[in-house]
This record gives sequence, structure tokens and C-alpha cells, in this order.
Amino acid sequence: MFLKRLMATTALTALIAGAATAQEITVMSWGGAYATSQIEAYHKPFAEKTGIKVISVDADNPATPIKAMVEAGNVTIDVADIEMSNAIRLCDEGLIEPIDAASLPAAPDGTPAVDDFVEGSLTDCAVASIVWSTIYAYDGAKFPGEKPTTMADFFDLEKFPGKRGLRKGAKANLEMALIGDGVPATDVYTMLETEEGVARAFAKLDSIKSEVVWWEAGAQPPQLLADGEVVMTTAYNGRIFNAAVDEGKPFEIVWDGQIMDFDLFVIPKGAPNKDAALEFIKFSTDTQRLADQAKWISYGPARLSSGPLVGTFKDGKTEMAPHMPTAEGNLKNALVNGFDFWADRDTELNERFAAWLAKG
Amino acid sequence: MAIPVYATPLERVWIYVYRVICALILMFLIAPILIIVPLSFNAEPYFTFTERMLAFDPAGYSLRWYDLLLTFGMQSAEAPRDWAWWADAWSNATWVGVARNSIIIGFFSTLVATVLGTIAALGLSRPDMPFRRGIMAILISPMIVPVIITATGLFFFYSSIEISKWGIPYLGIVLAHATLGIPFVIITVTATLVGFDQSLTRAAQNLGATPARVFFAITLPLILPGVVSGALFAFVTSFDEVVVVLFIAAHDEQTIPRQMWNGIREQISPAILSAATILVVVSVGLLAAVEMLRRRSERLRGVTPS
Amino acid sequence: MADLTAGRLQTVEGMPLKQALAIAQRRSKQRAFLLVAPLLLFIVISFVIPIGQMLYRSVYNPGFADHMPRLTAWFEQNAGAPTEAAYEALVLDLQDAAAARTVGIVGTRINYDMSGTRSLFTGTGRKAKDFVPPYQDAVLKADRKWADPQLWSVMRAAAPRHTAAFYIAALDRTRDVDGNIVAVGEERQIYIPLFFRTMILSAVIAALCLLLGYPVAHLLATLPMRWSNLLMILVLLPFWTSLLVRTTSWMVLLQSQGVVNDIFVSLGIVDEEGRIQMIYNQAGTIVAMVHILLPFMILPLYSVMRTIKPSYVRAARSLGATSWTAFRRVYFPQTVPGIGAGVLLVFILAVGYYITPALVGGTSGTLISNMIAFHMQDSLNWSLGAALAAILLAAVLLLYWLYDRLIGIDNMKLG
Repeated sequence: MFLKRLMATTALTALIAGAATAQEITVMSWGGAYATSQIEAYHKPFAEKTGIKVISVDADNPATPIKAMVEAGNVTIDVADIEMSNAIRLCDEGLIEPIDAASLPAAPDGTPAVDDFVEGSLTDCAVASIVWSTIYAYDGAKFPGEKPTTMADFFDLEKFPGKRGLRKGAKANLEMALIGDGVPATDVYTMLETEEGVARAFAKLDSIKSEVVWWEAGAQPPQLLADGEVVMTTAYNGRIFNAAVDEGKPFEIVWDGQIMDFDLFVIPKGAPNKDAALEFIKFSTDTQRLADQAKWISYGPARLSSGPLVGTFKDGKTEMAPHMPTAEGNLKNALVNGFDFWADRDTELNERFAAWLAKG
Repeated sequence: MAIPVYATPLERVWIYVYRVICALILMFLIAPILIIVPLSFNAEPYFTFTERMLAFDPAGYSLRWYDLLLTFGMQSAEAPRDWAWWADAWSNATWVGVARNSIIIGFFSTLVATVLGTIAALGLSRPDMPFRRGIMAILISPMIVPVIITATGLFFFYSSIEISKWGIPYLGIVLAHATLGIPFVIITVTATLVGFDQSLTRAAQNLGATPARVFFAITLPLILPGVVSGALFAFVTSFDEVVVVLFIAAHDEQTIPRQMWNGIREQISPAILSAATILVVVSVGLLAAVEMLRRRSERLRGVTPS
Repeated sequence: MADLTAGRLQTVEGMPLKQALAIAQRRSKQRAFLLVAPLLLFIVISFVIPIGQMLYRSVYNPGFADHMPRLTAWFEQNAGAPTEAAYEALVLDLQDAAAARTVGIVGTRINYDMSGTRSLFTGTGRKAKDFVPPYQDAVLKADRKWADPQLWSVMRAAAPRHTAAFYIAALDRTRDVDGNIVAVGEERQIYIPLFFRTMILSAVIAALCLLLGYPVAHLLATLPMRWSNLLMILVLLPFWTSLLVRTTSWMVLLQSQGVVNDIFVSLGIVDEEGRIQMIYNQAGTIVAMVHILLPFMILPLYSVMRTIKPSYVRAARSLGATSWTAFRRVYFPQTVPGIGAGVLLVFILAVGYYITPALVGGTSGTLISNMIAFHMQDSLNWSLGAALAAILLAAVLLLYWLYDRLIGIDNMKLG
């Protein structure tokens, strides 16, 4: 009886929802605090302004459903938030719609969008919203004396003993290994193009392999630090920021050798509400919205003009600007992810990485 | 297991050792379940026992994760907790929604799996069944194909037939979960039918019963334990399934395990432990109720407790 | 009445008995089949066809042929090194593919077999509209890599719509310049070792489950019902609890700052520095998977053991057998069907699991299912994922067939 009534109510709500679908769009993102920041900064104001309801959907990696949906001819989402290397790939494979960068709103001072976005953050099919970065962080309580400051310190087990956390994958680890081995950030990808460079990166990783705990999802590194499983770990900067500021954990970020990446909005080919989706992207990536997002998460806006508008965290007292990957002081020895490099060598290096891991 | 009178001293010792071993194994089974209960009251957003928890400091414990189960996803969680607040929680809270979905999907997929599986098991256990081995292999196959393959295969198939546009909510995910549950029903029901005395049904038929009457009056009551345990397996399979849901469920068809997956992968929060604790309490209650009913019916029938 | 005058048995209707029997049997067969038919149809539609479609991807990949039709045709008609005609086909195809934004599909397809060529296709594709004959010079001027004979060998192998290339890759093999199949470099050999590790680890897990499950099932089967049902709750409770939650609680228990290590330290078994690494490695995978799969071992064992009459063992004892002999010769053989069912079930489920190894497996506890999931979800190389899945499926089916031969699938019982 109860179940029957339950079914009836659900069916009814579905019906009402269906009837009210004058306009709604579905946005797929990564879930967690990141999706929350998007809902607050983009979805809610957009719905208020246009009356178009925005439904937020989570995926482990939104690029996967895009490829699956387009190939199967059953696209149910309108906008997705994906990483740069996937944006390049899906664009080349014709799985996402081209977006004319010239149609994006200009900065408040009139600078056209093409010049306002951080260099390399616009592609033929995608518009960047944030700059995030892979950094390494340590538990301040574990190092009362000298604290780690450089990438080399991460690989120095003698000076800073203890377990390390690393993402289980080739990307970012190889670059960090080379930087930790003394290669300047600017030379990293030229080096990785060669067999010697790759071998050198793996050799550097070998030197700490026995002390590494591997993580896979972005939520794990703060957990590993909090549990005392590791003393330092690579992580996405926003995750560490939230643990440190929101939960008051004594975690410190080391910006030296940070690897920057973009997250971009794309429209899958055959999206059911393409026009509204484009409207949403234009709205969300304007100067003010991008700056607003920083209120909820410490990822940097992809527009230069948004930088000065970044205010304080939602707690009302933490200034966000110094916590952005794009902050002046954090850019020393920083590296922008080699998207083309990874689009090319992804499979090979990940297989090699998996084989290296399996060797025990 | 009573110690037989003829046991030698050595055997007596062994029996005690054996009981200790069994107790340890049962502890191994239950310890991870028990450990989540105190952790679900953790005041911090991590899965570890804090200093304050170990010192039994009340400040180390809180109900915040149970509260989050209700408030997460609500329109106005901060509002005073009156009737409107609860209505809001019922219709908008994420965890309430996924629990509802889990129950609906579990119920219907169990129904499909049990009905189809029981009928098929009847056919399979007839001596004249043709191509028995081959058909059995096909029917069991959902259990032996790694679920990631099934999930991807189903995703493409459902997309190509556009099942989401048929207008029946939950259809795809219910059928998928029914498919995964069917092998369990088949295995348990055929196992029960192996020892089934066919002369009973023949006698009923001789006395003029229709096939349907034979089934409901004779066969079903006798094989009911097998059907029920098959149905339980099917329900648990659906209730705990995450991979297929990850691939094919629409955004309004997410289930409890899917939400927990989020809780482990994207935003680690002990809320999943609170949800698990509630489920544990519910299942202990259910299992205890079943046992009470069994004892009661034993008493009523005047059977001496075995 | 049967008419015996014709020298043959006949039914009342005058039909030969043999024929009547055959008809009755056929009818009975039909009836049995009709009972199974709805489910069979359901499984075929909702499972066999989707899986078949999926596995078909492991041999069917039209990525190259669909978007490079001219070059594919050239490969079909000509053998040997590329000529100006081949380069002309290449350039025209690249122009079309670039205009249709499909050049990335071709590049990705070739990149599977030869790393680093993806950008070669997309890069040359962008320039292709300005190329003028002679095309060979134009292409080589754009990028010298086009002269690589290995590239042409890989393209030739990728041209047919139906290909074994993904099985070659799934077995750690590749094609050399002349198209011969050779092993890949040692630093990239990953799938075959993982297959072996998966099988060994699953066997270890099944054996451990048997070792732990047998005594408990025996206890449950021999205790009075009211007690065994109470203890059964302890077995069913983990079974009812979400896999994800159980995996998480093993992380809490086993990590180096976790509960078990804390107890060890406070008991003085290990000191603060010597905390044991029990998770994020093979040990962690084994412990968590044994815990998750143990009910699948206990339940079939229990259901078989319940049907064994205690009088058999008593009879053996009264005939002078020691308790060990009575167990070994009388009790144990009767439990073999339960062992078979439990071991098969646990082994098969272990082979397919990927969530638990992904969360607690670390480096040495990763299984082949994790690689399948990786190719399905991250690298998006579905054909390779399907090829790996097909190999895994074949191995599992082989085991299933062996089991059916040795024990018989009908003897499988669950609770």
C-alpha cells in the first residue's frame, strides 16, 4: 500500500516536473564542493535571470558520458565541465559543438573575450572557467622544524621522512618527478619527449616508490593527510584549501612546481537545448561570475579581468587572491599542463606507468 | 552442537578450540560493520577516531552527519523545523530521494527476477527439459560476466533503443537489476526443486487440479523458502549495485550506493556511515522480525523448537 | 485396449505405442521449454545482445576506414611502400576529415597502436587544405614523421574495419615495421601479468574464503535452529551492508594509523615506528575481498551441510572410525557440492570486482578489471577494454565449463 502510494506520488511529481519543463538545461560536472561552487556562482543566478532551470548532474569524469552519449545518439545533457586534454580530444573527434570565442561577452573595460581569457584557455569548442592546479601539500604538525618548500623536498626522504601520497596515473607525476630532479619547468615537456627524459622521471619516482600511498579520487589526499597515512601528498589545490580553511586542518600548500590545468565548459554534439546551453556558457564565463566562483572554492578564474574582483571566501574573512594558482607569488616555477603532449602520449605512458607500478 | 558422550578428552579440547575459531571468524565478519556505528557520530569530517572520541569526550561526537542526511539538497535547510521543513526534506533531500529510488528499483527488479526466475526454474527442473546445460549457462551468465562489461553493454543497448523515451520511469535500471538478480533466483529455486517430490503434483493432477491450482496449492508452498531466499538475494543485488547505476541511471534515478560512491570519491563525508548505520539497524530489525515470526509459527503449530 | 493382433503395442486410438510415447515426450519437452522461454527471451534481449554488441567492438573498429576512405581503398589495392597516389589519397582524406572535424578519430585510432601520432594527424589535418601536388613533398614538408615506415605499417593494419589489433594489444603484443606481431618492450608489458595476478589473487581469495567459511558453515548447520538463526544474522548482516561501506571500514581498520595498528601498538606487539602496512597493497585487497565474499561461501556450504544427516557420522564412529577419519571419509565428501558452488561463486565474483581493489588495492592489489574500467572510463579506448573483457570472459567460461564437467551446475545451492 505504502509502496503503491509512493509510486503514485513519484509518478505525479514526474508528471508535474514534465509539464513545467518550459525551459531547463542539464549541466554535468564533477560533484562535491566543486559542483556546489558552480551551483552557487552560475546555476542559481542564471535561473534567476533567465527563468531557465539548471539541473546539476555528477559524473566521475564527464568526458566519458559525452563520448558514450554522442556515439549512441542519446545525448541527455546540455553542458559539461571537462578537462583540457579531453576538450581537445573530443573537439578533434567531432563529439562537441564548436563555440565561437568571439561571441563571448567582452570584459567590463571592453577587452574582447579572446584577449581577456588566460592564454591557451579557449579552444575551438570549449570555454575555460577555472584554472586549477596539482600541487603538493604537507601536514604542518608533522614538520615542527624545517618545512618543505620546493619540489625537490617532496622527493627527499632523508630530509623529510614519511609516507608520500601520489595520484595513481602518469599525468602530473612525471612532470613533478623531473622538476623534483632539478629540471626547470620550461624544459619538462621537451625532456619528456625523449626516452631518456621518461626514464629519468621514472627513476626519480623509483626513489620514493616504497614510501608512496596512491590515491585516485580528489577527495582522498586530504583524508590521507588527516588520517596521518602520509606526511605529504600531491593534491588538487582546492581540496587542500577547503580542508585547511573550512575544517581548520594544519595543511600547507607548496606552490613550487605546481602544474596548472583548466576546466572548460563544452556542449556535446546533439545536445537537446543547444541554444540555452550556449546562453548558459556565455553567462557563466563572464567576468563577474568567474570571480564569484572563487567565493566557494580556491580555483582561479580563467579571465584576467576577473582577478581583481576576487573577494573573500564564504566565511567572510579569508582573502582568496593569494590562494589562487594564478596568484603572482604562486607562479614561480609553475608549469602549464602539456595538453597536446598528453593527448598524444596518454595511452603509452599510462600503460608504462601501470607496468611500473605492477613491478612491486 | 552438543558434545557427544563418546568424545575423547582430545576431542573435547578440539571442540572448544573449534568454537573459539568460529567465534573469531564471526568477529572478523562483524567487526567492520560494528566499527562504522561509532564513527558515524564523529564530529569531524573524516573516517578516523579522533583523540576526543577515544577519550569519550561528548564534544567529539555529534549527530551532524545524520542531520546532513536530511538537510543535504534541501531548498531551505536553515528554516525552522516545522511541517513545511519536513515536507521540503521529503521531496528535496538528496538522501531521502535516493533511498526512495533504491526501494522502488529494488522492489520491482526483485519482482521481475523472482517471477520469471521461478517459472523458468520449474521448467529447468523437469526431466524432459531440452538443451538444459546450454540454457542454464545462458541464464546464469549475468552472474559470471564482470559487471563493468554488463554495464557498458547495457548503456549502448539502452541508448540505441532509446529506452529513456518510452515514458516508463526506472524501466532501464529495473530491467538491468532484474537481469543481475535472476541467476540467484534460478540457483536457489532449482536447488530447492532437486529434492522436490514430483508425485505430489501428479497426485494433485490426478485429482483434477488445473496446472495453475497445482502450482499455487502444492508446488509454491513447498518451494517457498527457496523462492524467498532467491528473492532476498535479488533484492540485495539491486540494493547494493553501483556500477550499472553509474552507467545507465538518469539523474533522478540515483540510488543509495550511488550517493555513497559520491561520498567516497568526490566529497568524503561520514554521512555514508550514518546511512549505513541506519541500514544496519533496519536489517537487524527485519532479520529479527523474521526470526520472531518463525518461532511464533513454530509455537502455534506446536512444533518443539529444534 | 492394446491390440496385439498387428504384432505391435498400440494405444486406444490405435496409434503405435512408440509413436504415442514420442508425442507425449515431445509435448512434455515443449511444456518444459515454454516455462523457460519467457526468461530465456528476457535474458537474451536484456543481456546477451547487449554483451554481444559490446564484445563486437573488440574486433570492429571503423575509426580509420570510415574517415579515410581513399587511403583505405589504396591499402586494399596496393602492397608495399606508399607512392604518390597513396599520399594523394592521404591528403584528400585529411582535407575531408578536417572539414568534418573527424580527423581526431583517425588520429586516436592510430595512436592506440603507435604512440605520439595523434597530433601528427590533427596537426597535418589543419594544414592539409593548403597542400598542392606533388603531395608527397607537401606532406613530408609539413612533418617528417610521415616518412616513417612503421607509421604506414600501422595504418595498413588499422585500415580494415574488422581487426585483431586490440587482441594483439591486450596480449602485450604489437606490430613491427614489417607487420609481424612481436612482444612490446618489457617496461610496457602489463596485461598478461595482470591476468595472471587476477587469477592467482582470486584463487587465494577463494581458498581463504573456504578455509574461513567451512568451520562457520559447519557450526551453523549443526547448532540447534534457534541458535544457528541468531548466528546467521552475523553472516547476513555484512551481506546486507553496502560493499562501499565495508570497503571504507576496512580502510579505517587497517590503515597504518588505523584501529588494528592502534591496538597492536597499545598491546606492545609493534612499536610506534613499526606500524604494519596492511592496506593499499595486496594484503588489503585480500582481506577486504575475503570479507566481502565470505557470505557467498558460507551460504552454499550451509545449505548443503544442513541436508547431511548426523547419523552418518555417528554410524561411522560406531563402526570404529576416529573422528578425523569419520570427517574425512564420511562428512567431507558429502559437502563437496557445496564447496564447488562456493569456490566457483567466490572466484568468479572476485575476478570481476573492481571497486574494492580500486579503493584499497594500492599498487600491488590492482586487478585486470581495473584496467578494463580504466579503458572504459578514462582512456576511452573501448575496443581495447572490450578485448580485455572478452579474454577475461573466455577464461571465466572455461572455468565454468570445467566446474560443470566436474561437479555439475545443478548442484549449486545458495542458502
